[in-house]
Amino acid sequence: MIISSRKKNEELLQALEGKGKVFLVGCGACATACRSGGEEEVFAMQEWLQSTGRDVTGWVVIDEACHIMRAGRDLRQHRAQVEEADALLVLACGAGVQSMSSSTDQRVIGALDSLFLGNIRRFGQYEEKCSLCGDCILNETAGICPVTNCAKGLLNGPCGGLEEGRCEVDREIDCAWHLIFERLKRQKRPGVFARTVPAKNWGKVRKPGRHKIKS
Amino acid sequence: MSHLSEQLASGRFVVTAEVAPPKGIDLQEALSCAEGFDGITAVNVTDNQGANMRMSPLALAALLVRRGIEPVLQLTCRDRNRMALQSDLLGAAALGVENILLLSGDHARFGDHPAARPVFDLDSVQLLQVVRGLEEGHDMAGRPLRGAPHFFAGAAVSPEAEPFELMFQKCSKKAAVGARFFQTQAVFDPHRLERFMEAARPLGVPVLAGILLLKSARMARFLNEKIPGVRVPAHLVERLEASSHPLEEGVAIARDMTACARTLCAGVHLMTLGMEERIPEILQG
Ligand code: SF4
Ligand code: SF4
Repeated sequence: MIISSRKKNEELLQALEGKGKVFLVGCGACATACRSGGEEEVFAMQEWLQSTGRDVTGWVVIDEACHIMRAGRDLRQHRAQVEEADALLVLACGAGVQSMSSSTDQRVIGALDSLFLGNIRRFGQYEEKCSLCGDCILNETAGICPVTNCAKGLLNGPCGGLEEGRCEVDREIDCAWHLIFERLKRQKRPGVFARTVPAKNWGKVRKPGRHKIKS
Repeated sequence: MSHLSEQLASGRFVVTAEVAPPKGIDLQEALSCAEGFDGITAVNVTDNQGANMRMSPLALAALLVRRGIEPVLQLTCRDRNRMALQSDLLGAAALGVENILLLSGDHARFGDHPAARPVFDLDSVQLLQVVRGLEEGHDMAGRPLRGAPHFFAGAAVSPEAEPFELMFQKCSKKAAVGARFFQTQAVFDPHRLERFMEAARPLGVPVLAGILLLKSARMARFLNEKIPGVRVPAHLVERLEASSHPLEEGVAIARDMTACARTLCAGVHLMTLGMEERIPEILQG
């Protein structure tokens, strides 16, 4: 899921400058799961906004804020409250915020910072394991992604900063290449070490991304 | 043919040193440092070393060429994508720079621009392949070049990194894709250097041992903490700590490592960090 975290009050106050009436939007999917934009957080935001002297005209938690049509439909159901507001404050990832901004010309303000596509270890502890590079090498790297887990995204083995299996960028974390090496050894196969991996095709990461799955 | 490649081919013990481009455009210090070297075959020009932003090493390397000093241009993958790397390489060749040292580069997080987006579009192995392609007359996209460059391309290795086998597989890859010389990360442990050389000898790539002049125990501790891939063993830190003339002790340590390199390696790369006048003493080893 998409891991996100609430922006600092200071930054929110700046974005909300002059906006006395606010409509709140949360997201029932990722932002609920990582407790940045679920019902509870929407209520907490409402209280905080009121404490700054603002009115909350209404709120909605959309099932999946990234679902453009659904987001638009849910907003229409709250049309009066939305229209009464000076701005919509959206507690969802950047994709969710943009479902809103493509559904209304009202001022839309994002309340979260979107961090990464994360696996959950336990609540509050998330690990980025895939950065959606469009050209997956996992089958050769014993299921450990060097594009994401190596601080430099190297494809042909560790850099000179490897030290006792730890990463130069953070001695608390394992060097991804060390993990790959160890697991391939246990699997008794050379995997990615058998060849020189050519430069990555970043052309596969099309920006802006548009994708239709052919059936 | 560069002097560096000729001397390595002839089997003469080679000595290289390094100079950092200035932060700013005042070149006086860098140039007088490079001009002051004595008995040195080539001078490395570092590339935003430690991820600290400085003048382009290509500019300083070209200025050294004009002054008759042979540079080794360091080029990292941290700050340039594949297009920038290729155009800098072509530019370097056009300016008379032949020796290059291709590096991944320290992560931007260590330097003075920690908010920079690190590039790492290529890794050092891929960059070596790119260099070979340019020499063969085509770019990475396979397009022909009008005038192919000629380089003497080297790569970095870290003989003391653990696990050894993992570090060494990368080293073999570098040899396989055409590294013509290896320059090691600063080494302090003769046994580890020996182990590395035993493994590396069959690759047939000459090795320059990195010798770093330690000035004090404080500096040694700083290196251990802050500089990736550099490990000063505890007994050397203690030796520096105990000495009333730590710099003299540091020179002695560097001299011993140089003596060790003479028996094992094709040469040394000296990192003296502002203490260039001590080089003759270090080379007595
Ligand atoms: S290589 Fe890594 S970043 Fe790319 S798709 Fe596979 S897991 Fe994701
Ligand atoms: S130490 Fe390992 S994980 Fe860290 S940057 Fe180097 S190769 Fe990548």
